[in-house]
Amino acid sequence: MVSHSPASPPSRAAILEILDSVKDPEVPVLSVRELGIVRDVEVDDAGAVTVTVTPTYSGCPAIQAIEDDILAALATAGVADARVVTSYAPAWTTDWIEADARAKLKAYGIAPPRPAEHGGLVQLLRARTAPPCPYCDSRDTEIRSEFGPTACKSVCWCRSCGQPFEEFKAF
Amino acid sequence: MTAPSVLPPPPPAPHDELELLLRLGDDRLVLGHRLSEWCGHAPILEEDIALANVALDLLGQATMLLRRAGEVEGKGRDEDALAYWREAVEFRNCLLVEQPNGDFAFTMARQFLFDVYAVVTLDAVSRSTNAELAAIAAKALKEAKYHVRHSGEWMLKLGDGTDESHRRVQGALDELWRFTPELFAADDVAARLAAEGIGPDLPALRAHWHELVHDVVERATLTLPHESSHTPHLNGGRAGMHSEHLGHLLAEMQIVARSHPGAKW
Repeated sequence: MVSHSPASPPSRAAILEILDSVKDPEVPVLSVRELGIVRDVEVDDAGAVTVTVTPTYSGCPAIQAIEDDILAALATAGVADARVVTSYAPAWTTDWIEADARAKLKAYGIAPPRPAEHGGLVQLLRARTAPPCPYCDSRDTEIRSEFGPTACKSVCWCRSCGQPFEEFKAF
Repeated sequence: MTAPSVLPPPPPAPHDELELLLRLGDDRLVLGHRLSEWCGHAPILEEDIALANVALDLLGQATMLLRRAGEVEGKGRDEDALAYWREAVEFRNCLLVEQPNGDFAFTMARQFLFDVYAVVTLDAVSRSTNAELAAIAAKALKEAKYHVRHSGEWMLKLGDGTDESHRRVQGALDELWRFTPELFAADDVAARLAAEGIGPDLPALRAHWHELVHDVVERATLTLPHESSHTPHLNGGRAGMHSEHLGHLLAEMQIVARSHPGAKW
């Protein structure tokens, strides 16, 4: 945790470092920066901080908790003059999750997202292949349910090691 | 069904953009609430979770749209005030989404018809000259695309499933078809919005919608109801003329907020 003296305005880099400590409440292995939720940070001349975030899914119930967590982390680090604003464009995509964050997801037992599709409006009967098992790397897996316990994940099953696992859906 | 089949003379529209936001937002608020009624009652656990997920997406989209509606209106109403404190006549959703859930086939047929409507309209609105609206539509479109994959695959499973599932989903299509012309009816508000490049050109989108629906219905071994055979088209939702079902839905949705104004937990 970076602590910040109220006497001098915080640097943008210091704010970003603080945001690295804020984890997603539903995927606590990733920070809100690693998930791509934090889109911008501005520090004005008076030291007021504006953090721009974008929601993952429209109805993601975690977004309010994430905003509260960001403000709490900044306050704990001595940055009291801060606000969070929401931006919808460009729309969030799992393609923003970087390679090291994907490795963390896999180590946590969640198959990382594959590249998002940007094609046509209605894509039916395109049997989606199941992701490799994050535990044993087997490809002998199946998708049990496209919808999982959170909006961002589907539920899969590994036939090789018998382990159920979640997949972070490409979106 | 008591909804009138003829629109009354359009009331003066003080704010076309507000109307559009309410129409888009209320479709999603009402359908999201309908889907949430399945929570704990769906035929299998995976489907219970799926319907709740889709409901949550729709409520999230409604939140974005109604929040923006409140800003555009400029009377200090936020998305909660618009959801919980308007009467049925102030709701602008289409009649399709307020129809009761019926059985699972009925819910899925209703969802499929709406999901295809959502992708074609959101795709158009994502190119709106209104940047705020375009951003919300582009975000919602990504979700609508996987919603239609879900409901479309259920149309195939049910239509091309057992005699019983086929009979039920065909019956649902036959029952719901009369609510679909309303989706593409352009009143003066919609026509002005389309001319200004803000809203979708609804009549022009109908052919694409019909083509996408027909493709799935045919593969599901189902039959689209004949245009000539259905009962008179039902509309009026965009002008606040709703079926009796909306009042019951709102009574349940609004009672806690109205009984305990400003309650927090």
